[in-house]
Amino acid sequence: MHHVSGRWRHLAAAALVVAAGALGLLVAQPATADSPITSGSNCVANETTGCLQGKVVDDNRNPVPGAKVTVTAPSGASDDATTGKDGTFFFAVTEEGAFKVDLDPSSLPDGVTPKVASLTVQVQLSNITPAGFALNGHIKGSVSHGTGPVPFYQLVWQQFSQGLLLGLLLALAAIGLSLIYGTTGLSNFAHSEQITLGGFLAYVFAVQLGVPLVLTAVIVIALTSLSGYLQDKLIWGPLRKRGLGLTQLMVVTIGLSLALEYVFQLIFGARVYPVATDLELNTGPLNITPAAYWSMLVSIVVLALVGFALLFTRFGRATRAVADNRALAAASGIDVERIIRIVWIVATGLAGLSGVLYALVNGGVYWLTGAQLLLLVFAAVTLGGIGTAFGALVGSLIIGVVANMSTLFIPQDLKYATGLVILIVVLLVRPQGILGRRERVG
Amino acid sequence: MDIGFYFNHLFTDFGSTILSVITASYIIAAIGLNIHFGFTGLLNIGQAGFMLIGAYGFAITVKYTQNFWLGVVVALVAAVLFALALGLPTLKLRGDYLAIVTIAAAEILRLIGDNQLLAPITGGTFGIPGSVFAKPFAALSPFPQTGLFQIGPYNYPFSEGDSWWLRIVAWSLVAICVGISFLLVRSPWGRVLRGIREDEDAVRSLGKNVTMYKTQSLVIGGLFGALAGIVNVLATSVSADSMGRTLTFELYTCLLLGGAATVFGPVLGTFLYWVMLVFLRDTIGFWSPPGLLSQQQIPQITWILVGIGLMLLVIFRPQGILGNKKELAFGD
Repeated sequence: MHHVSGRWRHLAAAALVVAAGALGLLVAQPATADSPITSGSNCVANETTGCLQGKVVDDNRNPVPGAKVTVTAPSGASDDATTGKDGTFFFAVTEEGAFKVDLDPSSLPDGVTPKVASLTVQVQLSNITPAGFALNGHIKGSVSHGTGPVPFYQLVWQQFSQGLLLGLLLALAAIGLSLIYGTTGLSNFAHSEQITLGGFLAYVFAVQLGVPLVLTAVIVIALTSLSGYLQDKLIWGPLRKRGLGLTQLMVVTIGLSLALEYVFQLIFGARVYPVATDLELNTGPLNITPAAYWSMLVSIVVLALVGFALLFTRFGRATRAVADNRALAAASGIDVERIIRIVWIVATGLAGLSGVLYALVNGGVYWLTGAQLLLLVFAAVTLGGIGTAFGALVGSLIIGVVANMSTLFIPQDLKYATGLVILIVVLLVRPQGILGRRERVG
Repeated sequence: MDIGFYFNHLFTDFGSTILSVITASYIIAAIGLNIHFGFTGLLNIGQAGFMLIGAYGFAITVKYTQNFWLGVVVALVAAVLFALALGLPTLKLRGDYLAIVTIAAAEILRLIGDNQLLAPITGGTFGIPGSVFAKPFAALSPFPQTGLFQIGPYNYPFSEGDSWWLRIVAWSLVAICVGISFLLVRSPWGRVLRGIREDEDAVRSLGKNVTMYKTQSLVIGGLFGALAGIVNVLATSVSADSMGRTLTFELYTCLLLGGAATVFGPVLGTFLYWVMLVFLRDTIGFWSPPGLLSQQQIPQITWILVGIGLMLLVIFRPQGILGNKKELAFGD
């Protein structure tokens, strides 16, 4: 094995990573219907099918069942559907263009009238196009959620819960980044692409193939972990053996990140791909969607498991030993290379899960999803203390909450800027981070 | 006949690339990056941010005052302040902190530039068109203000926009910048920078203020970046999205290809990089079976190749073409 030229293995590695992403190309499904529009109780978007779907709600935002919705294609073909118990309607369409969506007022229950009865929407294949109707008045049994402008404390609360959610998702990615840094010293700029990969794989399995979400998450974790295993086996392991400096390795991760970003763009284009197929309303004490509650729960459980494993298992102790002093760990009989490989597998799997959940609760995934998050992930890792796993968790929660809370005062799209401000303040005041140890800083 | 057309097309493109103002701006920015990374060992992954702050500083000032020189001064001052803001919290710390902060700061600048709130000043995602700020520069031209001038297959305006005048200025600036970097790195100051790159503690033990030298290096390299930003936007327009992370990665590829820590590395590397890019685009575009690739996919494929190329370069020839393996900018 050792005599095989490293050169070809690196090329093979690049090809494999590309191949992992290329999965999206293999799952095109044939068109099934002759008419360009088919109504149904659900819709699965793929290469040849776009989804036009929405919900009919009254002014308390309660779903209105039994409303008749008619969709007319640019070619003139049309189909109609009746909203289900949850007020939703679905149309699968096989052509692109401007579709007309009409709500039949006579089909509505007493007491409600449409604000707008006709919409025109641009439909694209392999995409989900929303087309909802809001009604005046409310139906019998409709529950009021309060009206009028939202009070400020409620906005604060909403941003706080959104921030908590973002923080948990960041933590999933940040802990992996921090573990890799702790055990190998590498700042992995390609970690963001593991998040994007997770999101796209979730789209491929959940939306294109119609796999249930839970199963999708399991498959995605398995596949992204596999990509981490392959990366370490084919790229990072051999490069460590070659004795490449850390700065050199870091530039290699930058090159990999650039290549992977454009692999994603080559396969998926620049569009946003939604992973959640049904429209949900905010509910409960945190005022977030059910999917967001589930994402939070999953994140907390997974993070707790990782924390438990780090503290109480043999692998966890070995990982911490390697992070603490690699030579000493090796001398005391720990197989350092094996630990690092497992760290890569765990780290990429966690990033993949983070990508699935992020795509689920943030409206979808596109080729730069991970690159956008990377800044916040690095800020979180630095804030908590580079190389400390629990620091990454604390840092992520703080960054997530502060970034979201900042949108109360600054424009939404500048919320990522908050991450940098925190980063600079931390470096000025406490460069080792919240949980970092002082001697780490050189 | 097809092959003749292909070669004709290819060599015409090579020529226009070598003459191009964009190529010149890449070289100037890469020279700045060389001072950071090649000579001092500072891992600045936000050189595009320096270009962007130079571009905005220049374009916005000229937009409101129509004064070219004031625009240049504002751009350079803005770059100095930006360098200080990034350097002061990070340069005392380990190298990766600077890397993370520079890439983040460059990204923030881009986000602010794209933001709709500041659109009356920055133009938001649409940017600032050249027509708003390029006139005072054209007015300095000794050539006729209007009209085109043709040499061989190359037909450009005399003074306006992406003109012969701008080409002459840009390439003169390249020559001046190469000269400055040559003098800088051979000076006692430059020797201290190399010393910091090789062994920071050794230099510190000689009584040198290492943080001060690093800050000066960051500021001076950043000034080259801002200058490159001005040159770049004079040919086109200010657009935050065209100066993002990808541009910094391109600059690293140019620098590492030619050879970091060499005076002519950035020049040779940038020429080779652009010639290869044009070769790939033309060749893939011309020889791929029709219908296989769309127009958008050809640049995407070349970007993937650039990323893989950067990886292979760093792994197999980190010293580049002109570099000396003993003088490697990659410390541990």
